Amino acid sequence: MDFGFLVVQSLSGLASASSLFVIASGLTLVFGVTRIVNFAHGSFYMLGAYMAVTVVPWLLDFDRSPLLFFCGVLISAAVVGVLGVVMEVLLLRRLYKVPELFQLLATFGVVLMVQDAVLWLWGPVEIPGPRAPGLRHGVEILGQRFPAYELFLICVGPAVLGLLWLLMHRTRFGILIRAATRDREMVGALGVNQAMLFTGTLFLGAFLAGLGGALQIPRVSANSQMDLSIITEAFVVTVIGGMGSVPGAFLAAVIIGQLNSFGVLIFPKITLVLVFLLMAVVLVVKPWGLLGRPEAAAGRAALPEGILATPRFGPWEKVILAVVLVATLAVPVFGDAYTVKVATEVLIFALAAFSLNFLVGNGGIVSFGHAAYFGLGAYAAGLLVTKGGLPMEPALIAAPIAGAAFAALFGFFVVRLSGIYLAMLTLAFAQIAYAVCFQWVEVTGGDNGVVGVWPSAWARSRDVFHYLVAACCILGIAALRHVIYAPFGATLRAARDSEQRADAIGIDVRMHRWLAFTLAGGAAGLAGGLYAFSKGSIDPTLLSIPMSIDFLAMLLLGGMQTVMGAVAGAAAFHTIKDFFMPLTDHWRFFLGASIIALVLIFPRGLSGAYGALRRRA
Amino acid sequence: MAGFTVTRRSALAAGGGLLAGLRPGLAPAQGTPIKIGELNSYARMAAFAMPYRNAIQLAVDQINAAGGVMGGRPLEFIFRDDGSTPGDAVRVAEDLLTREGCAFLAGTFLSNVGLAVSDLANQRKKLFLATEPLTDALTMAQGNRYTWRLRPGTYMQTRMVVEAARGKTQKRWAIVAPNYEYGQSAAANFKKLIGIAIPGAEIVAEQYPALGRVDAGATVGALAQARPDGIFNVLFGPDLTAFVREGNTRGLFERRLVLSLLTGEPEYMLPLGDECPDGWITTGYPWEQVQEAPHKAFIDAYRARFNDTPRKGSVLGYVTAQVVASMLNKANSTETEALVDALADLPTQTIVGPVVMRALDHQGTMGTWVGETVLRGRTGTMRNARYADGANYMFPEDEVRAARPRS
Repeated sequence: MDFGFLVVQSLSGLASASSLFVIASGLTLVFGVTRIVNFAHGSFYMLGAYMAVTVVPWLLDFDRSPLLFFCGVLISAAVVGVLGVVMEVLLLRRLYKVPELFQLLATFGVVLMVQDAVLWLWGPVEIPGPRAPGLRHGVEILGQRFPAYELFLICVGPAVLGLLWLLMHRTRFGILIRAATRDREMVGALGVNQAMLFTGTLFLGAFLAGLGGALQIPRVSANSQMDLSIITEAFVVTVIGGMGSVPGAFLAAVIIGQLNSFGVLIFPKITLVLVFLLMAVVLVVKPWGLLGRPEAAAGRAALPEGILATPRFGPWEKVILAVVLVATLAVPVFGDAYTVKVATEVLIFALAAFSLNFLVGNGGIVSFGHAAYFGLGAYAAGLLVTKGGLPMEPALIAAPIAGAAFAALFGFFVVRLSGIYLAMLTLAFAQIAYAVCFQWVEVTGGDNGVVGVWPSAWARSRDVFHYLVAACCILGIAALRHVIYAPFGATLRAARDSEQRADAIGIDVRMHRWLAFTLAGGAAGLAGGLYAFSKGSIDPTLLSIPMSIDFLAMLLLGGMQTVMGAVAGAAAFHTIKDFFMPLTDHWRFFLGASIIALVLIFPRGLSGAYGALRRRA
Repeated sequence: MAGFTVTRRSALAAGGGLLAGLRPGLAPAQGTPIKIGELNSYARMAAFAMPYRNAIQLAVDQINAAGGVMGGRPLEFIFRDDGSTPGDAVRVAEDLLTREGCAFLAGTFLSNVGLAVSDLANQRKKLFLATEPLTDALTMAQGNRYTWRLRPGTYMQTRMVVEAARGKTQKRWAIVAPNYEYGQSAAANFKKLIGIAIPGAEIVAEQYPALGRVDAGATVGALAQARPDGIFNVLFGPDLTAFVREGNTRGLFERRLVLSLLTGEPEYMLPLGDECPDGWITTGYPWEQVQEAPHKAFIDAYRARFNDTPRKGSVLGYVTAQVVASMLNKANSTETEALVDALADLPTQTIVGPVVMRALDHQGTMGTWVGETVLRGRTGTMRNARYADGANYMFPEDEVRAARPRS
């Protein structure tokens, strides 16, 4: 390999890094100040690109000058910034007083709505943008041709870094941002107008995302899948750099850009998993990212989020429980074949969501990768049946064991962290598991998966299988609920509310969390095994990020503060989705709108609303 | 949203009125309609799926206006989004079969979705006519009695492109393909076939970027570094646009022969705009060069009704409806076993010519157009394009017998 090639390949990496940094810097600022895990950041990026392919050609009709091109880019970014403000004022501002994760659910609703809004406004066909005037050509560098526009992009990253540095150190707004990133409560206590600060930060964050998207139009066409392709990578960059740290994001982007451009030379298939491998390694070695700092509030006893009270079932609850149980068991008698199918799936998702709430609500362990254990359970069961030739029964026993085993393996590293870093490490492990299932074609069938995972003959009818699933899921949920009420569950809650105090009274916090993680993984694995048999196939979408997000959405919709909320959330989420999917092609829009409506009406989830009703009565 | 629904509904009404006016001599179909459950990725793959659904609607309206199928019964397609995941698709398929009472299933786009629905069809003993999924597994290793596929799969498309390169002298080849089943199996087929078409050909570089996330700069750099004489490209959609732009600027395609799957399809050609490369050998659909009268009539009707040019998906949709009608007429029943038996070696005269559903591997002989890309004005199209009849590019019979499970 000659020297010129290495230089140019490294420049390619820098150009990608620069683009990635612009986007990630916005995300890291927003998280630093507001603590919002903003899934909609990728949507802002996509909107920036769509704005630019609309505005820039219109401007270039007047005059094909570079100046107008960059004016168009900045206008697009500013429009997106305003959209960010709209989201903050209309939606997020109403949610600052509820647990932080609800804002995540709200931004997830925004993602779904924007996806369909973009299809509706701009059509399904990807739209290529114009090339930048004056930067169309290639430049000879050491005998290799390199695009002039990418040389320009390489300069954009450091320029944005410099401007952000000036903003943060030379303006009052910037100083407030830094102060809020270090200690938000203290900034509020000093009388700073937080609403203005948050709105301003959202504008800046969305502006940077829009700028990142608009700058891409000479390279990639605006398309309706750009949001999801960028959002995970942007999160990875911010986490590796340290959430809230702009220089950290820059450093992380450069590392990822270089690893990517040289990684493809050695392992051409590496791009699928490389960033997640890097994130896992960094988080295991440096729990706060490269340049991040431990959260100032980490030592404080924060207001607990999650299950607060564990009341026994009262008479009303007993009635509801009985009605639900009877309805579940009566579905095959009264419902048609399709209703049975949907009810079976609701039961499976209820178990998965309940096991997630066991971690999130009861243990304070927010997992963004819970689908991994669901999917690995499904793979264990599916592969045993199709490749191992075993019948359904032993495969269903193997599913929770596999889920628990992998949860124990990954959890060993995960429980060493806390907060958002912990969540991102679970995501990294889930993506690594996903990549293995995706890439190990000989065993797992790759992304086509494996078909032929059907129940044993006796359980093959929809009705019998429904009762089998009902038995497994209800017993699973009852068992987990029992653990929540047992001393083990109370100990987890103690560790969630104050790790240091729990530690001081002699609780081995890590061991408890590790066991909880393993137990939840086992329950998710059982749900995954049942799911595989209900679908007849396994494939990597079972472990994918959208699946993990669906579980989170179910849990949040139901309410993470009550024990049984996740069950209601699973039923609501699945029913809403199943209601809108046959009605319209734009079902994602309505699913998103329903989620946002529910978040606004019931900011503590469905079960939270029920609890309020009960207290009033 | 409301505006969207209204325009679509009024467009359908207008189209129906037009057709009724066109064929005054024939009695329209009456009686209980025959329902077909069509599931596809309408939300996620709308660029393909919308023209596909439009063309099915067009065909169904014409068939019904001309008297329907099975001696006068109307056809009715029930369209559903498959959610783009196997889990959702299987539930939607169950809905179509149980609640909607569809006689059989058709459609799907993604290969994993197609395979999952195919296995469900096998389990429930219902017919599944896969239209778009390209994976060879559907008709080979995972084939079953109830699953049939219409459009040429990965192997057939690769073979068409590679045989078009027969007689060329390029020996050093680089492969770039999206990192999932379609890309991997196209690459594997290419490795197998290129040595036959060009003796002494070798693979000098392979790149597999993640689908939808190509890092074009790094990929183009890595390919150029291997100094290949030719490039086999499997990228499509946004990945292709990014790859072509980067490659054009960096001169990757200069003095190199490029073989490319699907690039000539309007779905992927249109977004390239004036950056459409010159002289790539590719499969596609140059609709403006079509000469055959029935096909021209379809194109005219499609443009008149939808105010848009037809895409590759549109041809597939129309042929799908034609094959379905001919199957129902032959079976004269909606019983699954009768339908499956009717499909075996069923010949249909379609707008692209005769299409036979080969009984051996349940693969249709629908072909596609092979030619070279060329820029005319501000959009790309194909030159020297010819229709490659799928019948000449099927899997060899002994390979099918070895691969397909015996039933």
